Formats: sequence, C-alpha cells, structure tokens
Amino acid sequence: MVKRSADDWWELLQAVPDPEIPVLNVVEMGIVREVLPEPERLLIRITPTYMGCPAMDAIADDIRERLAEPASEEGLTTEVELVYAPAWTTDWLTEAAQAKLEAYGIAPPGKTSDKRALNGEAPAVRCPKCKSTETELVSLFGSTACKAHYRCTACAEPFDHFKCI
Amino acid sequence: MNARFEYLLRLGDDALILGQQLGLWTGHGPVLEEDIALTNIGLDQIGQARAWLTMAGRAENAGRDEDALAFHRNPEEFRCAQLCQQANGHFGDTIARQFLFDAYAVPLHAALTKSNDDEIAAIARKSAKESAYHLRHSRVWMVRLGDGTEESHAKVQESLDRLLPYVGDLFVGDDVAEAAAREGWGVNPATLRDAWESELDDMLAESGLRRPEAVPEQIGGRRGIHTEKLSYLLAEMQVLPRTYPDAQW
Repeated sequence: MVKRSADDWWELLQAVPDPEIPVLNVVEMGIVREVLPEPERLLIRITPTYMGCPAMDAIADDIRERLAEPASEEGLTTEVELVYAPAWTTDWLTEAAQAKLEAYGIAPPGKTSDKRALNGEAPAVRCPKCKSTETELVSLFGSTACKAHYRCTACAEPFDHFKCI
Repeated sequence: MNARFEYLLRLGDDALILGQQLGLWTGHGPVLEEDIALTNIGLDQIGQARAWLTMAGRAENAGRDEDALAFHRNPEEFRCAQLCQQANGHFGDTIARQFLFDAYAVPLHAALTKSNDDEIAAIARKSAKESAYHLRHSRVWMVRLGDGTEESHAKVQESLDRLLPYVGDLFVGDDVAEAAAREGWGVNPATLRDAWESELDDMLAESGLRRPEAVPEQIGGRRGIHTEKLSYLLAEMQVLPRTYPDAQW
C-alpha cells in the first residue's frame, strides 16, 4: 500500500469543517499548524483562535474521527496536540477564505497590519450584504469569541465581523 | 519553595476566579450585548487559566493537572488576588473590577512576551491580544458610566471606592516575584504599577470619576489569605468534581 505523504493528510484535513463557521475548514481557518507523519503515529498540531475557544475539543475530536480510518490503514494512531505558539492571527486566513466568509454573511477581518480594530479606532467594515461601508459597531463581542457585532446603516442589516487579531 | 509553581499559580488563579465570576453573568447581563461580552471575556480568562494551570502542574511535578489544581485545592491554597474574588455586584461593580484588572493584565502580558521561557512567552503573546481587547471594553464602560447620568456616575464611583483597596495584591514584589524577574522567565509585577496608575489616571480624566482617597491596601491573596467570598465561590465551583471525583461528561 502506498503511504500517504504529509500533503495527502493535509488534503484529508480539508474535509473537516470549523464547527462554528462551517463554510471554512480547519485548514483554511489556520487552526491546523503541523502535520507530522511518524513511523507509529500521525501527529497533528492545532492552535486555538482564542485561548478559551470552546470549539477546540470538538475540533480535535472531528480531526481524530476524520483521520482514524485512513490512519489505521497505515497502522498509525492519530494524536492531536494543542500548541500556543506562534499565536493565531487572522493573517492566516487566505483571500479565498475571506471571500467565503463574506459570502456566508460574516464581514472578513482584513489584514492585521490594520490593527485599528484592536487599538480602538473603528476600522472600515463592509456590510457583507449590501457592501456599504456605512456601518457601525454594536458590540465589541459577538456570537463567538472571534467575532464582533456590527450593523449596516445603509441596509439596516445586523451582521458579525470577524475580529482582526 | 518552588517559585515557578507559585508564580504560575498566581497567573492561573487570577484568570480562573475572574473567569468563573464573569460566567455567573450568563443570562443576567443588563442587555444582550453585555451578557455576551462579559461571558466572552470570562471564556478568555478560563482559557488563559487552563494554560497557566497546566504549566503550574508541570512545574510542581507532582502529577496534578489543570483540573486537579482548579477543583481540588482549598481556599488557602489559592493564590488569586483579592480583587478577583470581589463579588460581581451590579454591572458597574463588575466593570470597575474588570477595568482595574485589565489595566494590570495589559502591561503584565506585554512584559511576559519577553520571557526567556518560550511557552510562557507564547501564552503571553496570545493573552496580550485578548487583554488589550478586554481593556478597550471595560474602559469604554467606565467612561460611559462615569460620564453618564448622575445615578450611573454615583454608582460606579462607589464601585471604584470600594474596590481600589484590593488592587495591592496585583503588584506584590515578594521573593517569588523577584525570583521570576531574576531568572528571566517572569516579571516582577511591582514594576507594572506605574503603567497601571497612568492607565487609571487617563480613565479618570475622561470619565470625570475621581481617585478615591488613599486607604490601606488589603494584601494577602498571593500568600493564600483571602476574603470570605472566595470560600463560597469555590464551594459552588468545586462541588461536582469533589462529590464525584472521576465524573466524566
């Protein structure tokens, strides 16, 4: 049997959706940091978006479940390890991932070189529905740790904005 | 004495106790957005607590993990600052407590990113982003309440007056703190006081609140001397794992 390469494992991981934002998978989210096929085990290193992200256990379970069968075909056990360094940043969301977020109704974070959001100056957040930048912050905290709550003053739509960190 | 264990417990216990208290706001926030905000901040605190307590368990090297440290210690074994265990009270009390803590957490996490211990530096880099965001939130509310109605001003001034004497624990520069700084893996929190004072002054100037008259500071949390409130808080937090030690969800 042909042994899978790290690239093959990465590809399999793209079938694991983020439990809170299912339009993105865990690879696109930048949560999967390393895939290390070793002689006896397959080690997957993941990192949380936020320290207290309650989805991490579910994500680790989903990854183990998705890889269990292909890994056992090669006699490997799957281990998922949580790492904190380097710290997760929205910069790891690709442009394609940002476009998917917007289409899903979540205003994407943009690039962190734009740290205005974190430093207190309102960033220009575009309404994912009507694309107007006439929007206002409703609350710094939204439906999950990684999002803030905005409102579009042009079309009156409330929406989530992925916080830029 | 194991300075590293003690130091990491202080970091972990502050975050744990504050996170537990913020969690009690679930379903009780004054408006939906603030219900979500306070519990999100609580979640960040619990996440930080897990990381610090896991590290503390390893530093102790006695086989205790984050859960053993959170759920199977008695009040006198906790090392949280007395500020963190002050009651939630009304929304203004919680916001004032959070502001006083956030204004300390921001320079603390910034300093810890320079730790010569890679893991401490990594957790600090992550926590720093979160604490900056928390401070932004609590500061906005201090200004809004302080500069708001006569009633909101009077209430949050009273919160500040009552809570300020409890900040002393945050800046204790004892032998544990000195060892951390000397060995390069931690920071002596006594060196963070100036940054904290200037953040406080800045907020006071914008909110129209006044600095309470100097009163003796209550110090003791880092040595396991706590206010009565902590026992009740732990009793509620620990009852299930203490009653059923091996319970699993």
